[in-house]
Amino acid sequence: MSTTFWIILAGAVATYLTRVGGHLVISRFENIHPRVEAGLNAVPAAVLTTLVAPELLHAGPAEWAALIVTVLVSLRGGLMAMFLAGAAVLILARQFVG
Amino acid sequence: MAAEAISEGRTGGDFWDGVRLSMPVVVASAPFAILFGTIAVDNGFSVLEAFLMSAMIYGGASQMVGIELFGQHVAPWLIVLSIFAVNFRHVLYSAGIGRRIAHWPVLQQALGYFILTDPQFAIAEARAESGRPVGFVWYLGLGLPVYVFWVIESGLGAVFGKLIPDTHALGIDFLLPIYFLGLVLGFRKRPLWAPVVAASAVASIIAYRTVGSPWHVSIGAVAGIVLAVILPPHHSGVGKRP
Repeated sequence: MSTTFWIILAGAVATYLTRVGGHLVISRFENIHPRVEAGLNAVPAAVLTTLVAPELLHAGPAEWAALIVTVLVSLRGGLMAMFLAGAAVLILARQFVG
Repeated sequence: MAAEAISEGRTGGDFWDGVRLSMPVVVASAPFAILFGTIAVDNGFSVLEAFLMSAMIYGGASQMVGIELFGQHVAPWLIVLSIFAVNFRHVLYSAGIGRRIAHWPVLQQALGYFILTDPQFAIAEARAESGRPVGFVWYLGLGLPVYVFWVIESGLGAVFGKLIPDTHALGIDFLLPIYFLGLVLGFRKRPLWAPVVAASAVASIIAYRTVGSPWHVSIGAVAGIVLAVILPPHHSGVGKRP
């Protein structure tokens, strides 16, 4: 079995644990401490931010344009609109600035 | 006999009720399934591996994170840890939906938790809050089409990805940061969002420059989470009881 397969299998087990774990563990506590809840709330935004921020270090004009448009569209639209607008600007800009 | 037929008819109705509600989710997730397959192949996955990842993990954002880090040749255990971290929010869904489905047989519950995605939780929770029962058949009608289309479209995306000659011109290498930025912005109504994002951004950039990849992911994430924990609870908007 390849390493990739083991990554997928372990990722699947880890994911299933998050989906069943809340019911098995969290629901046994009467109250979650507010600080723990605040920390849990912060997890997705914190993790995903780290995948975007360092990209800014080597982003060129096309990439910057795409990210700025994504932020602007997010003020009004949902994830799909944001993504399509950002992707369209990126592809268009790369035809000119590579 | 007659009663059985009636109850069967109602159960079938419940299933199709769920299917009807699943359609917007199926349509909205289709581009991301295809994108996942395409980028997975671009990052070194085979078509079968992309297909398997969708079938076994079934969590869009975490799969994207997984293949992004795989493409950067990050250590396997750290890829798994990152998938776990991105999916950690499900713990809260699981605790919430657990109250609604605790009366199901255990195997049905086990399957129910497997397909517990963001929209699955949101729609099931909305139904429960409106006072209607969350039955297994309805829940399956809601979740099954999303799952089946997600897996098939991932495979199609992977096959399609093999056919793209110039991935740079199509921006394939930079679509994930755009997608991740979209997800981050989607959380902006959460308490402490701005300070958490700022802390994680600064910490991940500094870590990227000093310690290097892939540690910027863990270090940046921990910085944002620790900030949320140490800020006084009244800023975080949680813990308020009505």
